[in-house]
Amino acid sequence: MIPFKEGGGSDTWGRFNATFFSRYLPGQPTVIVRNVPGGNSIAGSNRFAARARPNGLSVLGTSASTQFPYLLQDPRVNYEYRDWQVLMASGAGGVAYVSSDLGVANVAELGSVIDKQLLYGSQGPTSLDLVPVLGFKLLGLNVRPIFGMSGRGAGRLAFERGEVNIDYQTTTAYLRNVVPLIDQGNAVPLFSWGALNDSGELIRDPTFPDLPHFAEAYEILHGEKPSGLGWESWFSFFTAGFPAMKLLVAPKETPIEIVQAYQHAVTAMKQDPEYITRKPAALGTYEQVTGPAAQRLYELATDVPQQARNWIRQWLRDQFQVNIEV
Amino acid sequence: MLGLAVGAFPGLGGIAGLSIMMPFLYGMDTVSALATLVGLVAVIPTSDTFTSVLMGIPGSSASQATVLDGFPLAQKGEASRALAAAFSASLIGGIVGAIILTLFIQIARPLILTFGSAELFMLALLGLSMVGVLSGGSLIKGISACGLGLILGSIGAAPATGEFRMTFGIDYLYDGLPLVIVGIGLFAFPEITELLRKNRPIAAGGLLKGNWFEGVRDVFRNWFLCLRCAGIGTLIGAIPGLGGSVVDWIAYGHAVQTSKDKTQFGKGDIRGVLAPESANNAKEGGGLVPTLLFGIPGSGAMAVFLGGMVLLGIEAGPAMVSTNLDLTYTIIWSLALANVIGAGSCLFLARPISRLTAIPFNLLAPFMIMVVSFAAFQATRQFMDLIALVGLGMLGVALKRFGWSRPAFLIGFVLAPQAEGYLNLAVQFYSWNMFTRPGVLIILGITAISVWFSSRGRGRNTENITLPVEGLSGTAQTSVKTPQILFLMGLITTLSYALWSSLQLSPLGQMFPFGIALGTMSLCLYQLVTLKIGPTDNPANFDLEHQVESKSDPTRGSILSNAGWFAVLIAITGLVGFQLGVLFFFIGFLKLKARQNWRMTIALSVAAILLISSLANFLIVELPTGLLSQYVDLPWLLGRI
Repeated sequence: MIPFKEGGGSDTWGRFNATFFSRYLPGQPTVIVRNVPGGNSIAGSNRFAARARPNGLSVLGTSASTQFPYLLQDPRVNYEYRDWQVLMASGAGGVAYVSSDLGVANVAELGSVIDKQLLYGSQGPTSLDLVPVLGFKLLGLNVRPIFGMSGRGAGRLAFERGEVNIDYQTTTAYLRNVVPLIDQGNAVPLFSWGALNDSGELIRDPTFPDLPHFAEAYEILHGEKPSGLGWESWFSFFTAGFPAMKLLVAPKETPIEIVQAYQHAVTAMKQDPEYITRKPAALGTYEQVTGPAAQRLYELATDVPQQARNWIRQWLRDQFQVNIEV
Repeated sequence: MLGLAVGAFPGLGGIAGLSIMMPFLYGMDTVSALATLVGLVAVIPTSDTFTSVLMGIPGSSASQATVLDGFPLAQKGEASRALAAAFSASLIGGIVGAIILTLFIQIARPLILTFGSAELFMLALLGLSMVGVLSGGSLIKGISACGLGLILGSIGAAPATGEFRMTFGIDYLYDGLPLVIVGIGLFAFPEITELLRKNRPIAAGGLLKGNWFEGVRDVFRNWFLCLRCAGIGTLIGAIPGLGGSVVDWIAYGHAVQTSKDKTQFGKGDIRGVLAPESANNAKEGGGLVPTLLFGIPGSGAMAVFLGGMVLLGIEAGPAMVSTNLDLTYTIIWSLALANVIGAGSCLFLARPISRLTAIPFNLLAPFMIMVVSFAAFQATRQFMDLIALVGLGMLGVALKRFGWSRPAFLIGFVLAPQAEGYLNLAVQFYSWNMFTRPGVLIILGITAISVWFSSRGRGRNTENITLPVEGLSGTAQTSVKTPQILFLMGLITTLSYALWSSLQLSPLGQMFPFGIALGTMSLCLYQLVTLKIGPTDNPANFDLEHQVESKSDPTRGSILSNAGWFAVLIAITGLVGFQLGVLFFFIGFLKLKARQNWRMTIALSVAAILLISSLANFLIVELPTGLLSQYVDLPWLLGRI
């Protein structure tokens, strides 16, 4: 089950993997992607939580949009990640860029526009866009988010129209649609959000080795390493949103043999030549992981310190008058 | 071919078809896989014309305007003419669209980028201005209907802030009501209940006249109209964010505005079929532009198309007009080719299929009720879909009865999210300065011209010139006003609630629903006053039912008892699931209502259940499940898939 509409990023992710699960799960079962959209994935996930049986026949693919309301304790959420277990996890990255009209060539030069109000097209204060919006704030930029973009694509279109002048895109969309803008001289890349290494530290995104990651950008602008509650909260939500963006889960009571069958299928499909050739275009360059590696991401993505949660909720209230009732 | 079959079945639409095909795309080479994808997108707005014309069921948002004149033509027995005209128009629309695109695609990118959020908001307003031609006898009533549609369309998450409005805490309403269900509820539901009551074939007297060739000739007679509408379709379809949902209405409005003799619109004017049909196929071509050039899909079908492209490893973006230009032209022209094949084969099917309209309605009705429920359920695949269908159906019956223009209502509903979303963005970006942008002023000018065209003649001789969308007002004026007044008061109460609930929101989320609710409510109050103290012949006075009720015929049954058959199917479905529900419903309906013998009853019931079960099992379409399936594992054919 994919709790999003047909045709979106999660749907594409689900359909791509479904083909290979059909091939590598024992008995080559027919794997159907069932889209149950609603409430930005809350409705479908609630339904899965209420109905799915621990028999491995139905599994749920969640995304950062599913994880964030859970982490913020949105009252509409009736699902509990602790009642589920992870079968597969995969991440994504993103790159922030600005319009070349600002006359900025890299992060270090951002200081010259620090007093200028920049506009960013956001999908909403509590969406995945809270990571970039908070990130810009931590960097000390004066960025006003414009709410109501129907997706990251709409934000990019607004950038191309010149309605906003700072934006970010996830890796695949960035490579496809922003790199041409950079080549034409209309956009300037600033930094990537970064990636996590095996011990959970922020490192440069392997797809963009030449761009500084977020913490480096912070250091360039402020002259010191990021610290404090704001930074820790940002890091928690960044982890839940990017390195562990997509999670494939099943009810916790699912027997171990079934879980192992899924894990074997993930390992096996990564050897499939068709998977290897098609994956970069369909899903981007990030590895899909299973077993302990997936478990580690799962914990990072679904558990943030209470302090960070409270800090973010307070920040949302102060900045955008968003009250998440309990 | 598969696309055709899928498209002809209402509610499946493009998205289901594409989803079904998705697994087979692997293993095909890129070009043929693309052609398959394109073929599915292309033929859907063609083949869903069948149900729009024959049954008054809009199969997808693309064919909603076709219902307006197509269904009355079928009722006159001219179904095959209407279908032939529609398909020939589709064919021409598709080809013209491809030609325009071929020339236009190179310069499309900078052109599209000139449309900012303020311009897009203005385009939504232009769409709304079509209400002017679709209002029927009373302009105020038409505008109020549109306002109601806008309010209904703003249920769910606010586009800018994500706040939930008027959801009553029901999960189902988070994303608002599905368009398909609103379309079916407003148009198909009232027609079906009406026909049930009259119990006659769709074509009056069961006579089929008007021939197939006539329909093809209609296209040539109105070739310039088709050409213009195809152009409108391509261009509006190419603007990202507005999507195709308004194209057919704009084309329809355009046809009405530019026609000298408007008396037949809404009663079966062939131009009312030609205009939306030539536009909606061209629109799919236009929709390719934002999808290919920006990776931003304009419609649900395009979203899936884009998903398919991603799976095939083709990257939408600026490269599509430079390094991959050959691929782009392949896509455009396979779209045109698919249109020719699709429309061509539909053209041959038009004659035999239009015979359906001669079948006594008591035999056709259970199939239609089944198909309509099935289509509604495909909207979000929740049981609430079916409940929403009955609720909106009753609203449709009331709107029809009291002469509230349902097309105006639907336009409001369709455009609500776009109008609100772009208004919010435009206000954040430009505030009042948006009215200094040249693009905004140009579109404002076009809107003014369009309003002027449609108001031309209104007021001089209302009866003859305005479009009698819901029947002629003169025949329905009545001295018994109580039902109308009650309905109006119900609306006012609802609007007060909308007004009150919008006050709880943040300024950005509140702006749109508050303004619309306030405006609509004052119009409704004005009508209430004119209805109370005004003369009987004022245009607000309208009640189709008063005559029927005064000479009521006990054998026909009221609207309520006929609408009850929908409720019966849905209630049984809730208990035992759709397949068994259909079985019981068919037996019940055919014995009790249609009074058929057992042989006929069983034959039809078995046919129905086979149709539904094979859809479920071979095309992997989900059906509603009932309480029963939670306790018992049902066998293969009846159980969950």
